[in-house]
Amino acid sequence: MSVELDVFVGNTTIMDEEVYQLWLDGYTVTDAVKVRMEGGVLDECEANADVVLSDTMDQYRTFHMCERLLHSPAKLANQLLYQITPHRQTILIERYYAFDDGFVREVLGKKLSKGTKKDLDDISAKTGVTLKSCRRQFDNFKRVFKVVEELKGPLVENIRHHFLLSDKLAKDYAAIVFFANNRFETGKRKLQYLTFQDFAFCAGQLINNWTVGAVAGPDSFVDNMVEDMDVDLDKEFLQELKELKILITDKDLLDQHKSLVCTALRGKTKTFNEMEANFKNLSRGLVNIAAKLTNTKDVRDFFIDLVEKFIEPCRSDRWTAADMKLYLTHYTNSVHILDTFKHQIVWDRYMGVIKSCIFKMYHD
Amino acid sequence: MPGKLKAKIVAGRHLPVMDRASDLTDAFVEVKFGNTTFKTDVYPKSLNPQWNSEWFKFEVDDEDLQDEPLQITVLDHDTYSANDAIGKVYIDIDPLLCTEAASVISGWFPIYDTIHGIRGEINVLVKVELFNDLNRFRQSSCGVKFFCTTSIPRGYRAATVHGFVEELVVNEDPEYQWIDRIRTPRASNEARQRLISLMSGELQRKIGLKVLEMGGNAVVGYLQCFDLEGESGLVVRAIGTACSLEKLSSGSILNTHTHPNTAPASNACNSPSKDGKEPVFGEDLPSSSGPPTPFRALPTSSSSPPPPFSPSKPCSRQSSSSDTDLSLTPKTGMGSGGSAGKEAGPLKTLLRQQTQTALEQREFPFFTLTSFPSAFLLHVGGVVNARSVKLLDRIHNPDEPETRDAWWEEIRQEIKSHAKALGCHAVVGYSESTSICEEVCILSASGTAAILNHRYMREGCLDIGSTDHRFEEPSPPTCGFCHIPYDELNMPFPAQLTYCYHCRRQKVPDVLFTTIDLPAEAAVTGKGCHIQARLCRLKKKAQGEVNATAISNLLPFMEYELHTQLMNKLKLRSMNALFGLRIQISVGENMLLGLASATGVYLTALPAPGGIQIAGKTPGDPSNEQHILTIQKRINDAIAKNKELYQINPPELTEEGVGSPIPEPRQRSRLFRSHSESSDELSELDLSHGKKDAFVLEIDDTDAVEDIHSLLTDANPPIGFYSCNTETMPGIYNWTSGIQMFTSVRILRLSNTNLTNQGLNKIFTDLCENLLKSFYFKLRSMVPCCLCHLNFTVAVPEEELIQVAVTAVAMTFDKDQTQEKLAEKLIPKGGSDTDEQLQFPLELCADSSNSQPSSKISGVPESTNISSRDRCSTWLELLRLKAHTIRRGSVKTISSLEHSSPLPEGRSRSLRSSRSFGGSSVTVVKMTPLSFLPGTRIIKYLGIINMFFIRETTSLREEGGVSGFLHSFIAEVFAMVRAHVAALGGNAVVSYSMQDCVLMENPNKNQAQCLINVSGDAVICVRESDQDSLASTTTIGHSCSSTTDVTT
Repeated sequence: MSVELDVFVGNTTIMDEEVYQLWLDGYTVTDAVKVRMEGGVLDECEANADVVLSDTMDQYRTFHMCERLLHSPAKLANQLLYQITPHRQTILIERYYAFDDGFVREVLGKKLSKGTKKDLDDISAKTGVTLKSCRRQFDNFKRVFKVVEELKGPLVENIRHHFLLSDKLAKDYAAIVFFANNRFETGKRKLQYLTFQDFAFCAGQLINNWTVGAVAGPDSFVDNMVEDMDVDLDKEFLQELKELKILITDKDLLDQHKSLVCTALRGKTKTFNEMEANFKNLSRGLVNIAAKLTNTKDVRDFFIDLVEKFIEPCRSDRWTAADMKLYLTHYTNSVHILDTFKHQIVWDRYMGVIKSCIFKMYHD
Repeated sequence: MPGKLKAKIVAGRHLPVMDRASDLTDAFVEVKFGNTTFKTDVYPKSLNPQWNSEWFKFEVDDEDLQDEPLQITVLDHDTYSANDAIGKVYIDIDPLLCTEAASVISGWFPIYDTIHGIRGEINVLVKVELFNDLNRFRQSSCGVKFFCTTSIPRGYRAATVHGFVEELVVNEDPEYQWIDRIRTPRASNEARQRLISLMSGELQRKIGLKVLEMGGNAVVGYLQCFDLEGESGLVVRAIGTACSLEKLSSGSILNTHTHPNTAPASNACNSPSKDGKEPVFGEDLPSSSGPPTPFRALPTSSSSPPPPFSPSKPCSRQSSSSDTDLSLTPKTGMGSGGSAGKEAGPLKTLLRQQTQTALEQREFPFFTLTSFPSAFLLHVGGVVNARSVKLLDRIHNPDEPETRDAWWEEIRQEIKSHAKALGCHAVVGYSESTSICEEVCILSASGTAAILNHRYMREGCLDIGSTDHRFEEPSPPTCGFCHIPYDELNMPFPAQLTYCYHCRRQKVPDVLFTTIDLPAEAAVTGKGCHIQARLCRLKKKAQGEVNATAISNLLPFMEYELHTQLMNKLKLRSMNALFGLRIQISVGENMLLGLASATGVYLTALPAPGGIQIAGKTPGDPSNEQHILTIQKRINDAIAKNKELYQINPPELTEEGVGSPIPEPRQRSRLFRSHSESSDELSELDLSHGKKDAFVLEIDDTDAVEDIHSLLTDANPPIGFYSCNTETMPGIYNWTSGIQMFTSVRILRLSNTNLTNQGLNKIFTDLCENLLKSFYFKLRSMVPCCLCHLNFTVAVPEEELIQVAVTAVAMTFDKDQTQEKLAEKLIPKGGSDTDEQLQFPLELCADSSNSQPSSKISGVPESTNISSRDRCSTWLELLRLKAHTIRRGSVKTISSLEHSSPLPEGRSRSLRSSRSFGGSSVTVVKMTPLSFLPGTRIIKYLGIINMFFIRETTSLREEGGVSGFLHSFIAEVFAMVRAHVAALGGNAVVSYSMQDCVLMENPNKNQAQCLINVSGDAVICVRESDQDSLASTTTIGHSCSSTTDVTT
């Protein structure tokens, strides 16, 4: 005796959020049933294992059938096949596009290609995220990437509009797209301590300040619909960054800068001596990063450079986060007092981002 | 040229990619009606084409308008090869033919392909212009309204209920035509879909004609079914109740207000004979309804304390029509018949005689309604049931389907005579069904014998009745229907009668079984519950007549067993009445499945049920004794627990108040599980319930043990859940707006070939129980909630497979309010609290004003010839009567039961709470098998939805196996129903049902095919709260609900 067929279809599609999560997490039906039973679902409604199994299968089938629609979430709202409340729709989409920080950290900055997809089993083994879930997340990244690639206008807005995601999730996807597009290196051992959220924050900074779209400003994007405006860094700006080199090549400027910073810092921090000793090195590090950004290769190494040239030296001198803040603030502001330095605007645009990125990245 | 149909194709969206190269589609649309076809331009390279076509105009007869659907085919243009079909949409334009229903069809329809399912959507506009309004009833029956709802639709009142209408049409099944051996599956499926669509259109038109001839304007309780007889053809048949409905105008509602609930004066027994001479056309009726004053006194008296019992009533009267009935050839009571003859009467040698038989059909006093205006239903006798086993043969001449007609005719006659035997002149809650396996077909009909108030009927129809009018004086509506209609001294079956626990004046049975819904005004104690009896019987495989005989022989046993199970389960729950009883017997090659579902309640008017008592075969054996004691204890515990669960706590009546039960012989039947009452030899057992009439279960064989076991293993619903198979749940009044309609199908494969009956029973019972458990689990987030209208359908699709399909609706209610509402309602009210209910009392007043209580019944003294009718009365006797059930003969059974307890609790009327329900931007279409949506008011009926779909796949595995296949198909069917309703401008489907779900699979070939037929009423409903504000400003009519509460 065996159950040949078993279906349950509601006029309003019934979806259990817990089962949905298990499905998204790539559990098999059997495993999902186990998890649910361990979670005490049997205590509800005098259920037994058969009931839970039947329910789980039904739900899995429903999700499977809805998955096609979730690939273009806008369709979910005007399709006729499933009657799902708008609230439910939002949850379905949001959860479907949610991802594991552990997983995304592995893929961040990689090319979203078939090659990477082949490595997913390794990533799955490493992160403990099931392969099925890895594939879904990877496909989501790729799908979003492909769609926004061809669109004009602001990146976050496009993602939010096309995939009906929350602001937070749309921003995360923007970061992923931005990283994938510029192929930032994030996998090096030295960068391992950084979380996805660190990178997402930095991506947000870069998108908002260093891209073509950033120049136009948030209010004027309507009449400045440039393709990839939020994805590609502003080439002109990168060129201008070269001008900053004068801060380290001109000895007077360098000394002047140093003395200004040191005067301001003296007595305010325990690590003053180390700061003073390292000033030139650190300044060279930051300015060199700026000067090299015209090179695509160096753009990719942006984060590793930040860590190697700046964060690591500071960390070895045991700067506190407050020290870092203090130092960078004065380091940035002192430049304004240098009369012979003509590139204040570029400097601010550069340092604004660097400062917030470093603040975010300076932790254990 | 009475009509012009206009269609416009606006746009498409989400079309499938038909051209792999470009990933796009060059779509165009063909619009076809009858033999005329129009095409749109090709809209190149788009998945979201904007055709924005001109208006395509079809000039057609209204007959065609009724029969034909509008066919829309979406195709992909291909320059070099044949155009590929993307899919089709069939639009039934019937709703546009009714002035009161929808005026335009406009909206997005899923494009459906029988192989691929839904493939995108198309936006269509359809309008109809009817010419020659005056003449338009000539050829067709345009304008007759159809309702699936089995009660008078809300917002209407029934001026006249004309009675039973039926029709069937037959055709060859395209699937079995030779051409289909070379046709593609798609072509074959489409041919079938189109044919069935045509046939149902034709059927509806023909029924409409009959209704017009009867003088009605609507069919209520319309039930259409398909019999897929395979090689021998395809039968589409329908039954319904013809009525003259009137839309409630504000005026009539005002009237209602002025005559509040005093009206429920039900009693119509004293209806004068002249009442029968109502004008032929129901429309005339309202004019004759004068000021209701003369009648008002009567109702008032009825609601006052019951008058003293007057023993001097004339007992049953023998009417001439009952004579005729005995001979089973009732005379035609009216001269206006004949339409049936025209439609179905065969032109044979016996033309004259046959015509007469056909005429008689008009006389079937059957009603497909399950709930009635108050005062319509006077007394209920019990369930009447008839089955007949037939061998299918080829239908030679589809235009004259006399065999099928004759078969049904025969069964209906039988039902009618059963009703007579119960002293009733009418059958309510009537339905018909079939079960087909190969060439054997079981035809079944069942209903509830009843006595109705003549006033609603036309002359003739029900005049026959009145056999047993012993109750002249009004009995309160809360218990009146329980009073026995038959003669106490010549009871058609053994029953214990007591005086009604409610009014103490009339006799009531100890148990009452019915197929109808619980009358709104009935007094009920506690809550109700879903009760199910399940049974499997193996049979040998056989062919032809041998097979038919074997089945015939099994049927009475099955009915008996099902009945016993129901009875036991009812007692176990300490209840005394069943409503909505539906007994289904399905035939397979090697087994028969029986499933009886009903909703048990404790009717306050009936005596309390006795307990269940266990008796051993060998009283001497101590170990056995011990065993019995244990079981007895478990049963007693279960009963006690159930009483608590369902809040059944009738106040103890003092003995004197109750008439003594009619003495019954104390001897015990040797048949196990008999329901004689005896407690003598088991005095040592503590029978805590009912001193006098415990139900004895004797454990003398394994069957009995199994029965007891299954009795005790039936799980009650988990906390927070209730379930019933009727419209509403007795004891729950405060629905909130949460509803979830669902369909669930489960098929079990029996791998073990050596199954015994018991083994099978267990499997079948578990299947049903597990389904219920699954529902509770799935819907647990809705708690507290009630599963209403649980409708189980069983089938044996092939050897070793058992299929159970369930459609039901889960509705939330407010637990906290229960008590309070109940209390508050209890005291002041005697009547109904919804407006539509209210209209009926008024109606009654009006009608009866010109029909003064005269002494029609005065006449004939107690009849003696009823006794001659008790023949096939009890279930036990049936067993001996199986000689009846010869080949191609029919198996007849009457079941009617009774029973219960006192306590004047409030009546059970569902009070729909006016909680708001969530709005949303998308057109949400709610679906429910009930006739209402809680918290809302139906403001318009848009027409009937009757759809038939076939889905086939040749890639079963890829679609997720049979489960995946059926899951998506059911979802697609829901989607198409919703889309059609939305296009009509509606936002809900009420009285939704899935009549057929036939699944055939061949996993080895990776194929499956499924047919689904659904129906319902498309409506517009608005939230009750919205309505209130609306009412105050615009329509007075709507305000009556609020006023009702004040006046009552």
